[in-house]
Amino acid sequence: MDNAFQAAFQLIVAMDPVLIGIVTLSLQVSLTAVAIASVIALPLGAAIALWQFPGRGLVVVVLNALMGLPPVVAGLMVYLMLSRAGPLGQFGLLFTPTAMVIAQIVLILPIVAALSRQVIEELWGEYREQLQSLGVSRLRAIPTLLWDARFSLITVVLAGFGRASAEVGAVLIVGGNISGVTRVMTTAIALETSKGNLPLALGLGIILLLLVASVNAVAYIIGEAAKRRLG
Amino acid sequence: MNRAESLSLLPLELRGVTFRHRGQTLLQPLDLRLERNGKTMIMGPNGAGKSLLMRICHGLLRPTGGSVRWAGNGATAETIRRRQAMVFQRPVMLRRSALANVRYALAVQGVSRGERRWRADEAVERFGLQSIAHRPARVLSGGEQQRLALARAWALRPEILFMDEPTSALDPAAIKAVEEAVDTFHGEGTRIVMTTHDLGQARRLADDVIFLVDGRLVERAPVREFFEHPYSREAAAFVQGDLVW
Repeated sequence: MDNAFQAAFQLIVAMDPVLIGIVTLSLQVSLTAVAIASVIALPLGAAIALWQFPGRGLVVVVLNALMGLPPVVAGLMVYLMLSRAGPLGQFGLLFTPTAMVIAQIVLILPIVAALSRQVIEELWGEYREQLQSLGVSRLRAIPTLLWDARFSLITVVLAGFGRASAEVGAVLIVGGNISGVTRVMTTAIALETSKGNLPLALGLGIILLLLVASVNAVAYIIGEAAKRRLG
Repeated sequence: MNRAESLSLLPLELRGVTFRHRGQTLLQPLDLRLERNGKTMIMGPNGAGKSLLMRICHGLLRPTGGSVRWAGNGATAETIRRRQAMVFQRPVMLRRSALANVRYALAVQGVSRGERRWRADEAVERFGLQSIAHRPARVLSGGEQQRLALARAWALRPEILFMDEPTSALDPAAIKAVEEAVDTFHGEGTRIVMTTHDLGQARRLADDVIFLVDGRLVERAPVREFFEHPYSREAAAFVQGDLVW
């Protein structure tokens, strides 16, 4: 066991190319998924917060429920869409990083939308009369509210990133864990552990932990400093 | 300035306005006319419907019955909205600088970038906020925020300004600043409608008083008459500081 830890640290310190490749791909996939999901989900969450429409309650419940969507189910859905016989089969996306990005978007979009809906709804409660008095339309209020809630929303987006970078089921199903093509940290850890290659698995595990921890630490520091400064 | 904009919004005419919420009548059928000029105080005990009436006038709430009519023939809903402003008991400031808050309000009204700049600067200066113009608005003190809210309203050049207990959370110095601001607005021809619990303040500022009890308009009178010869029993008790029920 000690040897495995030692070997893991050596891999990290030596910047082992296989390890670096896997880490880079993981970041590319998860960051792309988070970026695309946020661009859609933040305004979507804000819109649901601001508008009353028939079936709104149902939308909120479904979104909240989808936050707990099992990654393997999301993976299966995207697999069926992208497989040869599926509606998007002609694009040949299955077992590519693009497929993994799509699967992770499916996973995080509900999280970011549902949480930002809560954040924006609360802020709208506070701002509503003042903004209406100034003549701000609901559509115009969306960017205003998103901007004013920016510190809370950073945490929301990070929750999405945490989910994306930590899940294994979805990317495994649609990516196939192909070495050098679709192998990311989580799928590699699962595979290497089952093969008994503990150093690589441990090394990746350590990096994954550090990554998620440091991203959250930075966000926390930014958020706290900004709250103190801007009130 | 086109013709529609040059016409005055006032007088404002409320006819048979009522407000019901969850089976409770919060405002009894009420007729009211607000003329072009003056400073009107809406007074009455807690729960009388003062804030409610003001929000209906301002258009934040839609009455459940009756009509709210502005003069200004042919003015669109947007024009009507743009020529009013409201200052709340607790000002809501956006998470940006004091100056940027004023600019934001102007931007919403479609004022061009260049004009926004000087009009915001002018408003900030007018209300003595230059030294804190670049500080985040939400860390300012309550009194500073209220002055900023007034500066923001002033920058919009409203024809009518609604104020909902603007001084109730402030210290005496800040109250004085707000009262001076009321005179500033009034001096420039802005119609003032304000709620207050402070009898002294009403005496100092008001031209006339609208007195509500329990969602009923009980009395409307010039300020001296209201305080010296109140017509109704409730108003007589109120100006003597008694509880009104």
